[in-house]
Amino acid sequence: MEDEMMEEGGVIKKFMYINRTAPYGTIYALEALEVVLIGAAFEQDVSMVFIDDGIYQLKKDQDTDGIEMKNFSKTYRALEMYDVEKLYVDKQSLEERGLTEDDLLVDVEIKTTDELTALMEEQDVVLSF
Amino acid sequence: MLHTVNKSPFEKNSFETCLRFAKDGSAILLFEDGVYAALQGTKFAPVVEEAMKSKTIYALGPDLAARGVSDKVLEGVKVVDYGGFVDLVAENGPVESWL
Repeated sequence: MEDEMMEEGGVIKKFMYINRTAPYGTIYALEALEVVLIGAAFEQDVSMVFIDDGIYQLKKDQDTDGIEMKNFSKTYRALEMYDVEKLYVDKQSLEERGLTEDDLLVDVEIKTTDELTALMEEQDVVLSF
Repeated sequence: MLHTVNKSPFEKNSFETCLRFAKDGSAILLFEDGVYAALQGTKFAPVVEEAMKSKTIYALGPDLAARGVSDKVLEGVKVVDYGGFVDLVAENGPVESWL
């Protein structure tokens, strides 16, 4: 691809991880996070998108003591340390759930459908969870 | 009859189908991802409010807390703990699980 940058002999590709599932009810959200963290070690250009119930992964105040599962919501705040800084949230999904940016536990960029479509089109690799 | 729903209403139609078939006077317990149906401000809130005129809707507290939404539960929805879940099963006869 023309726009691929070369760094230390490796090719940097644009990886987008699309998250559309709520946490805890299924394993998808946690597995997506694991894959993102593994991918981050390869110094790629990573972005995460939260659409539909994926929005709920970023909800503040999660407390899993009562269901005896690991609360992995804090991990989203650590993504920055792995240079995963592009977190995009679908505006429509947020609105359908009556949530606002203030309900989320990390800083995100709220994007419209058209903006997300454009971002998706830029990617080399798109992985869905 | 106790109806239970453990899927998000945004992801599956289990909750809406449950409401369609549940008889007036029945109890509906939302748990796991089903608790997202019990929240204020969602596009399902009016549906739940209408349903509560003829049915009792419960939501499992630990699942609300895990998802960080305990403070967003619709007025009228009864929050229960695991003991309350057991009581609902004991008091309401057969359980119909909408998966």
